[in-house]
Amino acid sequence: MEEKQPILEVKNLKQYFKISRKFTVKAVDGVSFKIMPGETYGLVGESGSGKSTTGRSIIRLYKPTDGQIIFNGQDISGKMSKQEISMLRTKMQMIFQDPMACLNPRKKVMDIVAEGLDIHHSYSSQKEREQKVYDILELVGLSKEHANRYPHQFSGGQRQRIGIARALIMNPDLIIADEAISALDVSIQAQVVNLMKKIQKDFNTSFLFIAHDLSMVKYISDHIGVLHLGHLVETGTTEEIFSNPIHPYTKSLLSAIPVPNPHVEKTRKSLTYDHDQSDVDYTVGTEHHVGGTHYVLATDEEFEKWTKQ
Amino acid sequence: MEDIKFLDDDFQLVGDKQDITKDVVSPAKPAWKDALGRFCKNKGAVIGCAVILIITLLAIFAPMFSSWKFDAIDTSMKNIGPCAKHWFGTDTYGRDLWVRIWTGTRYSLFIAVVAIFIDVVVGITYGLISGYFGGMVDSVLQRIQEIINSIPTLVVLTLLLMVMKSSLFTIILALSFTEWIGMSRITRAQVLKVKEDEFVLASRTLGASDFFIIFKEILPNIYSQMIIMVMMSIPNAIFYEAYLSFVGLGLPIPLASLGTLINDGFNSFLVYPYMMMIPVVIFSLLMLSFNLFGDGLRDALDPTMKEM
Repeated sequence: MEEKQPILEVKNLKQYFKISRKFTVKAVDGVSFKIMPGETYGLVGESGSGKSTTGRSIIRLYKPTDGQIIFNGQDISGKMSKQEISMLRTKMQMIFQDPMACLNPRKKVMDIVAEGLDIHHSYSSQKEREQKVYDILELVGLSKEHANRYPHQFSGGQRQRIGIARALIMNPDLIIADEAISALDVSIQAQVVNLMKKIQKDFNTSFLFIAHDLSMVKYISDHIGVLHLGHLVETGTTEEIFSNPIHPYTKSLLSAIPVPNPHVEKTRKSLTYDHDQSDVDYTVGTEHHVGGTHYVLATDEEFEKWTKQ
Repeated sequence: MEDIKFLDDDFQLVGDKQDITKDVVSPAKPAWKDALGRFCKNKGAVIGCAVILIITLLAIFAPMFSSWKFDAIDTSMKNIGPCAKHWFGTDTYGRDLWVRIWTGTRYSLFIAVVAIFIDVVVGITYGLISGYFGGMVDSVLQRIQEIINSIPTLVVLTLLLMVMKSSLFTIILALSFTEWIGMSRITRAQVLKVKEDEFVLASRTLGASDFFIIFKEILPNIYSQMIIMVMMSIPNAIFYEAYLSFVGLGLPIPLASLGTLINDGFNSFLVYPYMMMIPVVIFSLLMLSFNLFGDGLRDALDPTMKEM
């Protein structure tokens, strides 16, 4: 049998922002990972670690400085042909962080959701357009009568559903959820995450799930990548990362998750990891194979030291 | 304390009545119809719109159906107060003011329309391009604008006066040279603010073209500021014309505008107050109506305004 092709393959992605002649911000510095069809890849890390930038580079809101992005077997990191652009813009979609800001306040839900259809002219009559919007609204748990309202008339959770509907209407193979749930309260987070899971089951859509809430990432992701200062310090399946974290940064992240058991929680110690004092240099580290799909970024000595502990 | 005993029929089950969650299914209507509905609900705006219409119609037709000419001098009947024959009286040269004022309103309105047009076409386009594309384009456009803005208006006027005769065209030229700068600045600032919003990014991830983003995403979100600016530029333009007449660049003498009529009336205000009062009243009415209309339009185009 032929080996399954990854839907998205990111190889050594680099995204630098030139601030002035002397100063360049290296937001993402050599990140590589793969996403299989129907899987969810969780990208975690602290604020400013380059998670969102990675997502935006992949969907080509920025022009990557270096590296390769292969989506659906086509390289989309350089200049794209018209066909490739149209493939990328329909088959890869994004859900945004702030449900208030990601919907145009002057447009009706109908027009917001149908925007992708309008741009790519993928309907033959006004009736078909309406029907498509109604169907997709139903799918995300809204109803027909919501189509004629404006975004400000909805709650945060409903707005996020509209955002999801807008992404879904193009039948994407990959959805980048850029902290899609961090602006919602916890009960609504669960609703939205379950909705994403349902969509994944029904349509075999892949997700790149960018978040800083580890317990949510654990719940939804098949694979996890831990990002720190633009470097992917550790990656593997959810099981591998959570049961056997190698990198001290991953360890400190995992130790910060509160445990829903008061006896354990009382004695839980959160490890601190201070990059400046730990003299770990990400630029000299290489990928070390731990087992399965589990890789960690370290030098040989560091790897030995961390695995011994 | 008395003992309170509950009887069997004290309470009864409500059942699952769900009156609260009843949703109104609003019929599918295009957004502009909603805007029209909101506009019509605003009494002030409708009145403003009506007054503008009436004044415009009078300005167009009143001079046509009058037996007097706006430039016919008849010294035998000068300085007559408003009466049945001369509804607004006559001026110091014996010209009928009813005809003169409406002809003047015609020119003033024309100048106002030209001002709006320049504001919208030049100012907004310039600001949109400069703000949206940014970078090098923005730098170049902003420098050009600064150079134009740094030349005093009076210098431009004197230069124009040297090469051209005073006419309506000169006024339009003078207006188009300076009037749009404020507008383009405001537009640029607004575009810079809106273009980084997530819904614009969302549009981009859907593959929207720059054209689509500018007109469908950014422009509707900066309407309100634009409308306010346009409404403010109308009285500016009308007064600017009066100022030009004062310098000698305005309308050539027998022609009149509201601005020049007010200026002329001012000279004999203490003796014949009606010569100034009537054009001032019409001018104020026009300004008030334009403001009401503009406010109404702004509110109508903004769906987030409280619906009553």
